Amino acid sequence: MNNLILKKMFSYNIREISLILVIIVISIFVQFRSGGNFFTAENISDLCTETAILAILAVGMMMVIITAGIDLSIGAIMALAGMIGTTILKGNKGINPLFIILIAIVIGTICGMLNGISVSKLKILPIIATLGMMNIFRGVTYLVSKGNWVLQNDMSSSFLDLATGKALGINNLVVIALVVYVIGYIFLKYTRTGRKIYAVGNSEESATVSGIKTERTLLIAYTIMGAIAGFAGILYVCKFGAAQGETAVGYEMNVIAACVLGGVSINGGTGRVQGVLLGALLLGLLNNAMPLINISVFWQEAIRGLIILLSVMCNALIQRNVEMKALRRRNI
Amino acid sequence: MNTKKIISLCVSAVLSMSLLAGCGGTTNSDSTSTSTSASASNATYALVAKDVQNPYMKKIYEGFEKSCKEIGVTPLYKGPESATPEKQIEIINQLVAQKVAGIAVAANDADALQPALKEAMNAGISVVSLDSAVNAQSRQIHVQQADPEKIGRSLIQAACEMVHGEGGIAILSATAQATNQNLWIEWMQKELKENPTKYAKTPLIKIAYGDDDPTKSTSETQALLTNPDVKIIIAPTTVGMLAAGKVLQDKKSSVLLTGLGLPSEMSSFIEDGTCPWMYLWNPVDIGYLTGYTMNSIIKGDIKGTKGDTFTAGTLGEKAVTDAAGGGTEVMLGEPFKFDSKNIAEWKAVY
Amino acid sequence: MAKQVIQADGTRIIENERTFSWKRFIFQWEWMLVLMLVIVTIVNISASSNFANPTNIMNAMRDFLDKAIVVFPMALVIMLGEIDISVASTMALSSVVMGMAYQAGVPMSGAIVIALLVGAACGFVNGIILAKFPELSSMIVTLATQIVFRGIASILLKTDSVGGFPAWYNNFGWGKFGPFPIILIFTVIEALFFVYLLHYTKFGRRTYAMGNSITVSKFSGIKTNKIKVIIFTMTGLLAAVAAVFLASKMGSVRPDVAKGYELDIIAMVVLGGVSSAGGKGNILGCILSILVIGFLRYGLGLVNVTSQIIMIIVGALLIIAVAIPNLKSSFGQSKWFKNLCNNVKKC
Repeated sequence: MNNLILKKMFSYNIREISLILVIIVISIFVQFRSGGNFFTAENISDLCTETAILAILAVGMMMVIITAGIDLSIGAIMALAGMIGTTILKGNKGINPLFIILIAIVIGTICGMLNGISVSKLKILPIIATLGMMNIFRGVTYLVSKGNWVLQNDMSSSFLDLATGKALGINNLVVIALVVYVIGYIFLKYTRTGRKIYAVGNSEESATVSGIKTERTLLIAYTIMGAIAGFAGILYVCKFGAAQGETAVGYEMNVIAACVLGGVSINGGTGRVQGVLLGALLLGLLNNAMPLINISVFWQEAIRGLIILLSVMCNALIQRNVEMKALRRRNI
Repeated sequence: MNTKKIISLCVSAVLSMSLLAGCGGTTNSDSTSTSTSASASNATYALVAKDVQNPYMKKIYEGFEKSCKEIGVTPLYKGPESATPEKQIEIINQLVAQKVAGIAVAANDADALQPALKEAMNAGISVVSLDSAVNAQSRQIHVQQADPEKIGRSLIQAACEMVHGEGGIAILSATAQATNQNLWIEWMQKELKENPTKYAKTPLIKIAYGDDDPTKSTSETQALLTNPDVKIIIAPTTVGMLAAGKVLQDKKSSVLLTGLGLPSEMSSFIEDGTCPWMYLWNPVDIGYLTGYTMNSIIKGDIKGTKGDTFTAGTLGEKAVTDAAGGGTEVMLGEPFKFDSKNIAEWKAVY
Repeated sequence: MAKQVIQADGTRIIENERTFSWKRFIFQWEWMLVLMLVIVTIVNISASSNFANPTNIMNAMRDFLDKAIVVFPMALVIMLGEIDISVASTMALSSVVMGMAYQAGVPMSGAIVIALLVGAACGFVNGIILAKFPELSSMIVTLATQIVFRGIASILLKTDSVGGFPAWYNNFGWGKFGPFPIILIFTVIEALFFVYLLHYTKFGRRTYAMGNSITVSKFSGIKTNKIKVIIFTMTGLLAAVAAVFLASKMGSVRPDVAKGYELDIIAMVVLGGVSSAGGKGNILGCILSILVIGFLRYGLGLVNVTSQIIMIIVGALLIIAVAIPNLKSSFGQSKWFKNLCNNVKKC
């Protein structure tokens, strides 16, 4: 038993160390090629701000993926929460922005609960349930918007300051992301519900047999994801100053990529908050670094996809290596 | 296993047969209704926008609706949720099936809509393009807002003036295939090439595409600003203007902005100097002119050949001229300059 | 479950064939789809007199059938328990390469062949990576290749488009053979081919087996890697075919065509009763679901229902359609229903 835990810890650490190495190598490369434009305070601050929203979403997605599920509807939840929040803001510019955020979180929670009920009670496969919900949420977003965009002229400046303001000298979004990560870490590692999420992901049958209420755990995981998506959605429209029906289309793929890069297995049961943070950082780094070294826009997408592919393949090879070694050690 | 399969296949076959048989029975009644729908006063004129949510397109529809009501036909506003030609093709096909009398389209691509529009014309539907043209074979006439050469050249001249002759120019465009965007950019590049000494210190550094999407336009602007040589951004798209304006205002950047913007959206940026001046025309008028142009073609008043004239409601007499890329067009007028002196007056109009 | 009879001496007799049972027949997924199709048709006919026009219907088919081409191989992929979200990017890449080849002077038919080869190559890449790295899930691999393929298309064409194809090619997507669009004829032939492949060959049975349990299949001697690679290559090839039709419809190729198609295709497959847990589903269901979704979109579009409401309906359909069998299994177990069936049988 000890060996198993050690092996898991070891493979976690290997993966995270390799991620850190890749990040450092890319950073040095970019710094060199861009003539020193990378390690400026402004650029690093931009990098963190750009990655913050992706990182926040990755924590929620991680919980869902650990339960061996997936959530394709987060882009739509972001759009819906953002649209409803800003539409309310449009009519009442004097409202406290925190209230708008609360509304967005509530909307996201409701959407997440719908997802959770479909997966746990109706026993629909997560990919199908969230695919269907994605269509529904996005359709509702368009209906709520009545075919209008909400642009920054419609938003109050106190609201828009949320994304551009600074707390303790660091951009608000980065502070929020860090707080979310700390909460996520504590939740997954030190609370019972967090551990139940891992258990359900590892083997749903064993979890049920051990007395864990799997249905409730799944519901909780998807609801948390929905709440985080609602929160991230309102931050997203705040940052870009625009809420459209098309907001965040396809964003879920970025989030899934960040999770998988960070070591969360699609089959469930494994994944650490630290890894996910590194995965999100890597993706954000790629987005930030490539324009700096003047890589043509048209090459950026292909390179991004290639790096994701190579990282995942390398991870798999390393994993195989580690397991071979463990196997050999056991045989002797 | 076999029994079930055979039964289900048979039932499905029977169902589809009955469907087709039912269709055959209704063809007769349909052919009589086709001839009457075109001349009846409940004819429908449809406007296919580049993107159904774009505020500029909505203003165009306002004018279109007004002219249709004056003429006495039903207006219809359709468009895709994101500016792609594929979705426009689907919409055009649906309109053909609905047997509308006329289709006015602001194209996301000059050539991609040709097969769909040709079929519409073969079905007896009148096709005009506006704002962003389709190629000459796909339309009967184009409604042009202002001379593209004037637009392109004025924007570059304005940009050079604003930076006092020194500074890099970046263009934030809409979608890469939009006809009007590419036409204006072509004239901008011609202006730069034909006067190398005048523009020696204001080179064109980059063209970015914001796809007429506020979010993408914002991130493209931020990417442009990472280049320290860029001193002025030209955005010949209202969506791009608004997005770029906000980014520049937020960053309190020294980079300036000009282009084609809606006065209602851009008033705060003109007032605080982010955008010293900009150009546009009245989109409501374009829609209005389009309605009357389509009506004249359907009624047979004009045939879309050069030299035809017709009356376009309150806009007065309009003449058909040759268009630059082939085919014919009707011109609305001149581009109008908006600056701090007149913005207060215009921001309430459109 | 096969019926088992326990005899007096304690031995069991298990029937070696499933006898026909009306209860099981009525609750077939395909009947639900037929019902949906009937409802959709009735709603459409009553909503607009333009619907039941055969020319309009043929034209409508042209619009949704290019997705339908990819639905059939995707059904096989999902039956395996895998997924392929890179199909839309494969479409983009193969049509871009075709355009560039034509521009470089290759005759049109040659360019089409090149497009098909590129599509097959993309599918092959997917399959090989999945075969060599079985610990990776198809979701992440195809997600990465989705980005890479479209990225390569962007590198090749940047923001340009290639047009000016010969007239006979442009006729492909719009043309008709008699009253039937060419694309319809192709899809029907393809559907028949897949019915044969899935239900009447060893290949098909092995696919089902792999979907049910890949470990068992591997140990039973099925060459799982080979089958996986073949299925993914077929998917890529047929995506290229769909791209050829799409490019012909538009008269031009661009790097950003077919964005978002993959989710629609997956929705059509799943609605057709193919279970993505693997091992369940058939082609007839897919055909019906294509018709349901296609005509729903077309009919509602005719009466100018906004596409957003159509989105909501399709999403709701998907969820309801998948939820009902799950509910029905608990419904079917209930005592009163069993009594009802027993009484019916006695009559």
